[in-house]
This record gives sequence, C-alpha cells and structure tokens, in this order.
Amino acid sequence: MKKKFLIVLLIMVLAVSMAACGNGGNDDGGGAADDNGDVSAEPLTVGFIYIGAVNDGGYTQAQHAGTMAAKDYFGDQVNTIWLEGIDDTNKQAATDAAKQMIDQGAKVIVGTSFGFGEALNEMANSGEYDDITFLHFSGSYINDTNLGNYFGAMEEPRYLSGIIAGMQTKSNKLGYVAAYPYTEVQIGINAFALGAQSVNPDAEVKVVYINSWYDPAKEKEAAEALLSQGCDVITQHADTVGPQLAAAGEGKFAIGYNLDNSAVEGLEDAFLTAPVWNHDIFLIPTIQGIIDGTWTPESYYGTMADGYVDLAPLTKNVDADAAAKVDEIMSEIKAGEFPIFTGPIKDNEGNERVAEGKTLNRAEIWETDYLVEGVTSGE
Amino acid sequence: MKDGKLFSIGSVKAVKREDIPKNRSAIIRISSVALSLVFAGIVLLFFDLNPFTVFATIIEGSVGSASRVQQTIVKAIPLTIASLGILVAFKMKFWNIGGEGQIVMGALAASFVALNFGDAPRPVLLLLMAVASVVAGGIWALIPAAFKAKMGTNEVIFTLMMNYIAIKFVTYLQYGPWRDPNSKGFPKIPNFSENGLLPSLFGVHIGWVIALILTVAVYLFINYTKKGYEITVVGASIDTAGYAGMNIPSVIMTAMFISGGLCGLVGMIQASAIEKTLVYGISANYGFTAIITTWLARLNAAAVLFVCIAFAMLLQGASFIQLAMNVPAAVAGVVQGVILFFVLGSEFFIRYKVLFTRGKSGSSEGKEAR
Repeated sequence: MKKKFLIVLLIMVLAVSMAACGNGGNDDGGGAADDNGDVSAEPLTVGFIYIGAVNDGGYTQAQHAGTMAAKDYFGDQVNTIWLEGIDDTNKQAATDAAKQMIDQGAKVIVGTSFGFGEALNEMANSGEYDDITFLHFSGSYINDTNLGNYFGAMEEPRYLSGIIAGMQTKSNKLGYVAAYPYTEVQIGINAFALGAQSVNPDAEVKVVYINSWYDPAKEKEAAEALLSQGCDVITQHADTVGPQLAAAGEGKFAIGYNLDNSAVEGLEDAFLTAPVWNHDIFLIPTIQGIIDGTWTPESYYGTMADGYVDLAPLTKNVDADAAAKVDEIMSEIKAGEFPIFTGPIKDNEGNERVAEGKTLNRAEIWETDYLVEGVTSGE
Repeated sequence: MKDGKLFSIGSVKAVKREDIPKNRSAIIRISSVALSLVFAGIVLLFFDLNPFTVFATIIEGSVGSASRVQQTIVKAIPLTIASLGILVAFKMKFWNIGGEGQIVMGALAASFVALNFGDAPRPVLLLLMAVASVVAGGIWALIPAAFKAKMGTNEVIFTLMMNYIAIKFVTYLQYGPWRDPNSKGFPKIPNFSENGLLPSLFGVHIGWVIALILTVAVYLFINYTKKGYEITVVGASIDTAGYAGMNIPSVIMTAMFISGGLCGLVGMIQASAIEKTLVYGISANYGFTAIITTWLARLNAAAVLFVCIAFAMLLQGASFIQLAMNVPAAVAGVVQGVILFFVLGSEFFIRYKVLFTRGKSGSSEGKEAR
C-alpha cells in the first residue's frame, strides 16, 4: 500500500514538473539571443555536427581541419564548437546535437554528414529557429532564408586517382570499399572506373558495400576480401584509414579518401594519393558572409579549380608516367576543358547511359543510379 | 551453481547469499554509487578536468533549462517503454536481447499504416499505427519464443540475430522499394502525413503520457494479475510452474508477445513523433540500453521509470559536457561506463558474498570480505 502510494506520488510530481517545463518552453531558448548588441564584440558561435571522431584519420578529421582553418582565420570573431560521433541513421541524434549547440549559443549549425540533412531541414523550416543559419554538407535541402547546402565535384580528383590506379595495377583488378549504393558513392565509383579505363581498358573495379559511412572494422574487412580476390590497388568511399592499412599489410597500393595519409605509419610504401576536401575554401567566405549579414542560401558545388576538392600530392610510390598523365589531365580539368562524364558511357548491364558526344552537367551527374561498365559490386 | 557457489579461484570464492537484510543491500548500493563517482572522478583528473565541475555540469545540462528537460524526457520515453517490455521477458528469465529488432519491426508496421492510410482521421490513424506496431513487435518476439517453448532453442542468440534481420530488411526497403521517388536518389522513405504524427502536450510529444500509463499498467500486470504471477513463477522455477499445472509454453508466448509488443510500440512512437518516417536506425540502441536500465531497476516496473529518467539525464548530460567543457566524446563514454560498471557490479555483491579461504581450498570456514 505504502509502495503504491509512493509510486502515484512520484508520477504526479513528474507530471507536474513536466507541465512546468512545458510552459516555460517558449521563452526564447534561455535568453542567450541578444541580437541588437554590439556586433563586433560578440563572437559568432558556429556549431559542427560530426559523424565520427575528429581524429578518425579520414572524413571527420578532414571536416575538422576545415573547421580549425576557419577558426584560425577568424580569430576572436568566431567561436567554434562541435559534437563528434553523432549517429546519422536517425533524426533524433542530429536534432539533439543541433539543439545542444544552439543551447550553447551557436548561431550557425553545420551538419557535416548526409544523414543530418533531414534534421536540419526540419529545424530550419520549423519557425522556431529563424535566427539560426543551417548549412548542410552533401545534401540538397535549401530554403529561402536560413538553410543552404554545400558539396564538391569529387568526381574530378576521383577520376585522376583512377588514372593512377589503372596505370599501376598488374592484376587489372581494382578494389573499392564503398559505403552505400547511393548516388554520391556511385558517382565516385564511376569516375574512378572511367579514369582507370581511360589509360587501361582492361581495368575492372570490384566494389564492396559495407552499408555504413564509418565502421573501422568493416572497412578493413571489406578491403581484405577485395585483396583476396586479387585486387592490387585499393581505394575507398568510407571514412577511416582501415582499407589503406589492409592494402599496405598485403604489400599492395592504397588510394585514400578525405585526407593525405602519406605520413601515416605503415603506409609509407603503399599510399599513392587521395582525393581530398578543403572545407575551409567554403567555410571561410560563407562564415564571413554570415558575419557581414550578406549571406543568402546557396547550393555550393566546389571544384578543383576552386581548390575545394583536390588530389593529395602524389607520393614516391606513383610511377613517373602516371604522374605525368595526371598532371596533363589535371590542368585540363582545372581549365574547365575536361568534363568527367563524356559519352559514350554504358552501365554494367550493357545499357547505354550517356550518348556519344554528350557530357553530363552537375544536375545530370546527380541523377546517377548505375555503375559503369567494368564495375562489379557485392556486399 | 550447485550449492549456490558461483566460482572459486584459488583461495577466493563467491557464495550465494541466503538472504540479505534490506539496510545491508542499501549500504552496498549507496557505496557502489559513491565508488563509481570516485573512480569516474579519477578518470576525469587524468584528462585535466575537475570532476566536481563535470558532475555539476552533467546535472545542469540535463535539467538546467526547460529545453534541456524536454530533451531529457524525449530520451527517457523510448527507454522507459522498451525497458518495460524487456522487464516482462526478464521476469520470466527469458533473455530478450531482441528489443532493437522488435522496435524496428514495430516502426515498420506503423509506417506501413501511416504511408498507406495517411488520409484517415488522426485518432483513427494513430490508433491503427499503434495496434500494428504492437502486433508486429509481438510477432517478431513470438518467433524465438515459439522455438524456445517447443524446441528449447537458446533465446539469447535467437533474439539477437532477429535484430539484424529486422534492421537489414528496413535498410533494404529504405534503399529500395520504399525509397521516396521525389528524393533525388537519396535513400529516404517519404514522411508521414500530418495525421500520422503524435501530438505534443506541454512541449513534449505525448509519448510521455503513454510511458507513464504503461509503467502503472505493467506494474499492476506483474504484481496483481494471474498471468503476471505465472510469469514470475516460470521465471523462478520452471519445475514449480509445471507441478502447479501451468501451461508453460502458453505463459512464455504470452509474455514474449507483450514484451515484443511494448518494444514495437516504441518503434511507432519514435517513427511518428521523432523521425516522422521510417529509418533503419530508428531503434537508436534503445533496445540494448533498455537491458541495462531494466537490470538496474531490478525488474521492478516502478523503478524502471526512475532509472530510465536518471539514465536519460546521464545521456543528455554527457553530450552537454562535450560542448560545455570541451570533453571529448570518448571521455564522456568512459565516465558513463565507469558508473555503470560499479552500479551493476554492486548487484554481484548483493547476491553473492566473497569468501577468502585459508590454507587448503575447499574449507568452508572463511572470512567474509563484505
């Protein structure tokens, strides 16, 4: 009897306390928002949501390098905060992270993984966060006031890395550890395959999907499976250094992604290069625009010419003729004279996807839902 | 475990306690919490952080403002309901590790209803979604239960593996047949219509009301109904239940249907109130975390509610200190782990006493350590 009474009492206390909080819920998020104060005195707080750890040796580390470069550039004007290891497979984790950072005074929220887009889109359009600017990496959400997105023409450096792989392979089998069978990933695989085939028509690309952006164990496992099938150059669209270490362990070559890993211990004789991001190229002018009040939502797509995407410096492991070929094509790409996807392009079921003489523009590239000829995929 | 002896290593052995006075177990529990804080504090000192500030900030971060309280409650809701589900199975000593999969299947069924009958009136649609989710979660739990009842299969492995089947199936739907054709190739299932979304009450979706009602309901069910009593008896001793003439397979299947059904309902709540659609990561580890909270609550439905709120505070506070104090995510995780280790570890000392035997092993005379 006593116990029952206690339970009822506690439940009532809880209900009342929740009701109390509910009523206070709309009082402007804790009063941190004094928007008419001295603009220059108050630093702009920018909050970053990361999927991995800032020292993951890949994707998130590259994101964070951009964050830190922007922070250095702005000095006292900008305060950066971040949350790492945020799950991108459900909306709650990202919403939570964004709210936490807004609670800490963030006026700009940057979601750096595709899976965060839904949460940012919902918050930006909810009307509750009109004073917050939302930026989303790798998605397409945008509105007229406070939500923009950014990405880059990763197909350009991917194609160049394919040239190197195509010229250095002996088995003509290239291994590709990939996250998901999704457009962004397929664009990268296709660009890599086309680059390899441009110099080596016999080159085939074997893809293993791991159904995760970030999973050190699975990434390494997938690379080992590819190596055991005879692949002698391994590249990846996944976040960590795992596949590169797996390749190095077998004495094969590795092409990274996101970061220049040439200095990583154990990769000295394996690492060739990596398609990389320079996120500060986008962040610095964008944050400047937000500070100045001139920013308007855009869908940014950085290129090699902008420096937003790039190929990491080629290491000593790259043959001289491959390096020369890369140099030649790179200057054409930077000059805007070398569209990556130029017909004829067939998919791996033999259907023609791009007609002879046609080239794909950005929008058309992002309709990719196939893998090109010479690519096989499995899980 | 004959004679209540758990293990014996050299001259140390653990013996099951016959019974333990209430105040004695309270002392062990309180000291375990104190010890956990001390050790967590030492870990924090290693990282040049002031433990007192960190603990204070965790509390501030979880209840320090209205919006923080709301976020804590949003985390406590699925945790509480999933824990209640796990509790019903654990009460029977049926180790349901399949909460994740049951949440996912519940969300799947609710989403099927929401996506196909989105024009139905809101109360009807939400009710249909809830029923569908309970049935789907229940059936997903019933499969291993039937195998256990009829063929004596190991439910730990069986329920665990059912998780992956459920998650992979939804992943397939999300990337394949259910993908929103208007999503420009993004692997995303269309959002529910407005009618498929749970309304809010006092700033938090009404899942909190459901959680409170279910807490009372499960408490009454376990302690005051015939079925609840049967579940407890089967858990205590299958033989006793058999001699008493209970239909054991039926008890197992009923309990597991309820267990899975509650987890399934979590899926519906998360899909409707939080995600507004189905995503394969919908369970967000709540099915696994619920195992810890159920255990911490010592299989008591009323305690589940408070443990889950406390745990949600810990989750919310941990992400808060990452930001407020620049604590790396890994350190916040270590602090959580240390606290859990001690609190769960204290259960061991409540159930067993450790004896240090002198001289030749096997001597039953020993000095009690605790």
